Amino acid sequence: MSTDVNVKLDALPGLDSDALPLEVKDLHVEFRTRNGIARAVNGVSFSLRAGETRAILGESGCGKSVTAQAIMGILDSPPGFVTGGEIRYRGVDLLKIREEQRRKVRANRIAMIFQDALSALNPVFTVGFQLSELFRKHRGMSRSDSKARAVELLDLVKIPAARQRVNEYPHQFSGGMRQRVMIAMALALDPEVLIADEPTTALDVTVQAQIMALLAELQQERNMGLLLITHDMGVVADVADQISVMYAGRVIEEAPVRDIYESPSHPYTKGLLESIPRLDLKGQELSAIKGLPPLLTDIPKGCAFNPRCRYAKDACRQDPVPPLHQVAPARSSACHFWKEVKADV
Amino acid sequence: MSDIVLEARDLVKHFPLTQGILFKRQIGAVRAVDGINLQLRRGETLGIVGESGCGKSTLARMLVGLETPTSGDLFVQGRNMAKVSGAERRRGRRNIQLVMQDPYTSLNPRMTVGDITGEPFEVHPEVLAKPKRRARVQELLDLVGLNPDHINRYPHQFSGGQRQRIGIARALALNPEIILCDEPVSALDVSIQAQVINLLEKLQKELGLSYIFIAHDLSVVRHIADRVAVMYLGRVVETGTEDQIYENPTHPYTQALLSAVPVPDPKLRGLRDQIVLTGDVPSPANPPSGCRFRTRCWKAQEICAQQEPELTVRQSSAHPSACHFAEVRDVVHAQQ
Ligand SMILES: Nc1ncnc2c1ncn2[C@@H]1O[C@H](COP(=O)(O)OP(=O)(O)OP(=O)(O)O)[C@@H](O)[C@H]1O
Ligand SMILES: Nc1ncnc2c1ncn2[C@@H]1O[C@H](COP(=O)(O)OP(=O)(O)OP(=O)(O)O)[C@@H](O)[C@H]1O
Ligand code: SF4
Ligand code: SF4
Ligand SMILES: [Mg+2]
Ligand SMILES: [Mg+2]
Repeated sequence: MSTDVNVKLDALPGLDSDALPLEVKDLHVEFRTRNGIARAVNGVSFSLRAGETRAILGESGCGKSVTAQAIMGILDSPPGFVTGGEIRYRGVDLLKIREEQRRKVRANRIAMIFQDALSALNPVFTVGFQLSELFRKHRGMSRSDSKARAVELLDLVKIPAARQRVNEYPHQFSGGMRQRVMIAMALALDPEVLIADEPTTALDVTVQAQIMALLAELQQERNMGLLLITHDMGVVADVADQISVMYAGRVIEEAPVRDIYESPSHPYTKGLLESIPRLDLKGQELSAIKGLPPLLTDIPKGCAFNPRCRYAKDACRQDPVPPLHQVAPARSSACHFWKEVKADV
Repeated sequence: MSDIVLEARDLVKHFPLTQGILFKRQIGAVRAVDGINLQLRRGETLGIVGESGCGKSTLARMLVGLETPTSGDLFVQGRNMAKVSGAERRRGRRNIQLVMQDPYTSLNPRMTVGDITGEPFEVHPEVLAKPKRRARVQELLDLVGLNPDHINRYPHQFSGGQRQRIGIARALALNPEIILCDEPVSALDVSIQAQVINLLEKLQKELGLSYIFIAHDLSVVRHIADRVAVMYLGRVVETGTEDQIYENPTHPYTQALLSAVPVPDPKLRGLRDQIVLTGDVPSPANPPSGCRFRTRCWKAQEICAQQEPELTVRQSSAHPSACHFAEVRDVVHAQQ
């Protein structure tokens, strides 16, 4: 039984404690289906510092969850395959190390919470059992010690009467409480990176506010990197430091949070921001982005956004795909005409 | 004729809670809707907001006649639906149509879009003779921005936003005056959401429709609604014009709800007046005595447990508010 995980992790080839806790470079994922190859992730890159919150924003189907699944090694495979790129934890490329080492990193250093807490929790075991099993399995703790830690964790995520509730089953908790339990499970082994895939989408706004406040507090306390996947631009504005906007499997704009809301420099980001109902525009038509996102089996040539883009010109309909242009320090946009877009207010 | 096209008086729906398999005994009731009054005026949009489980869908289902009220009265164009003849009730029902939330499950996957849109004519064959129906269905598809040539396609061949348009086309088939939208855009991405909201507003103008618009997204409701009713545990706790509710909310629950909505402007981070409620919504099978919100209310006093506050205009609330201590708190603009 492994008693001290950190010793084992030290043995990872190339581990560099000064390197970033998470760095994704040029990640490619495809699904080989009967209807052809769906290119779900087409060269995604981003990094995450300790204590930083990076939001991944984008419409349904743009590859947000698949990116997270690839990082966690829980891709549905087949049909899904990582076909290129790097996923680095403190300098170590997780795609290149041995399976058992990789599993150890993912169990201990990088954790994930999901939109639907029920599917992440096992309905036939008590919440306490599921939590304490983590400590027994990964930390070699005794039964009673691990049970005590489980209660502490439920306390940490502010579940009232944790000592009693630790013996209850997931279905006995409300939606918001289950989300707290899932957060407790994710934090059990003190990860350096937490990936939250739409953690509050299924919850009411008052409960969402509670959960986001809890996440922010725990993140600060532990100086954890938080990768927040969401399509809610309100939540992003409230909590994120950096944003990566995705469209059809690519990051099309990357920027610090304030800049992106103030002066979006990609037409898609601009369109998203303009489609939110706004107080000062009440009574007017909302400005919707026309059309639909493309099928991933049939992504348009050139810029994938061109059929919906009001700035599109001939160059946009031809390959190459627009690369990420540097717009400002720490800001980039994958639009040939970003200058025009950014200046247009 | 009166300006009020739809009215609910003291509408109640209790679902019995039973125990035992062979001999079911009633051991209580889920008080899903527990005494609701509302009026819908011609051409207006009434928004209904509230958290999951507060009874919005149950209310909607009663209003369209899919659910029988436990008690209370429903008036369509001034006629009490419980007291009119069968034929008149059918005519009344025809006048109110429902658009549902989930564009993925509310359409039968084995029916073509044409059959789905024309289905109401099977239920109300007197409205349009059979030979004329195909042309009408194509007209409806065109009206909601779908290609009329796609009449023989199946739902899976459409995106979520397009499926919601099919649902809207079906609701319009019988030329109703009232459309009830139960979370019509909740399952859609924001860019697509905007397309569907624009469509609903366009149809309202062109056809003079009255809407009841149920949603949990408060900014969407603010955009589309003229008046708003806020529900909590089966009751309306505050109601008023869109401006009154959003600018001058007087009920603590409304204030908490509004303050919890994240604002898409990072400059306001940490500057908003955020009320974070503790605790969960109590079970509608066993609501708290007195004011139902008192278990989560930071202003609760003795009287709140003893006396249920009436939904009424008060000295400190220019619009109806069900709180003993109603007072204006502007949470939308307030900054520290
Ligand atoms: N198991 C799978 N088999 C085949 N295709 C898949 C599978 N999982 C995902 N995909 C495809 O990958 C694409 C990206 O999916 P992903 O779940 O990452 O989207 P998302 O951005 O998370 O969207 P949402 O906001 O709806 O969660 C989708 O178009 C989907 O069709
Ligand atoms: N057929 C039924 N039998 C028993 N209880 C029911 C039934 N339908 C609804 N309920 C209960 O009535 C209450 C109100 O449900 P309803 O679906 O109206 O809420 P809602 O406000 O529409 O919620 P949501 O925002 O989640 O759609 C809930 O507690 C629900 O569990
Ligand atoms: S590259 Fe062309 S099509 Fe793509 S976003 Fe920019 S202007 Fe639009
Ligand atoms: S009546 Fe009392 S408990 Fe209810 S909302 Fe008002 S102050 Fe709060
Ligand atoms: Mg997803
Ligand atoms: Mg509902």
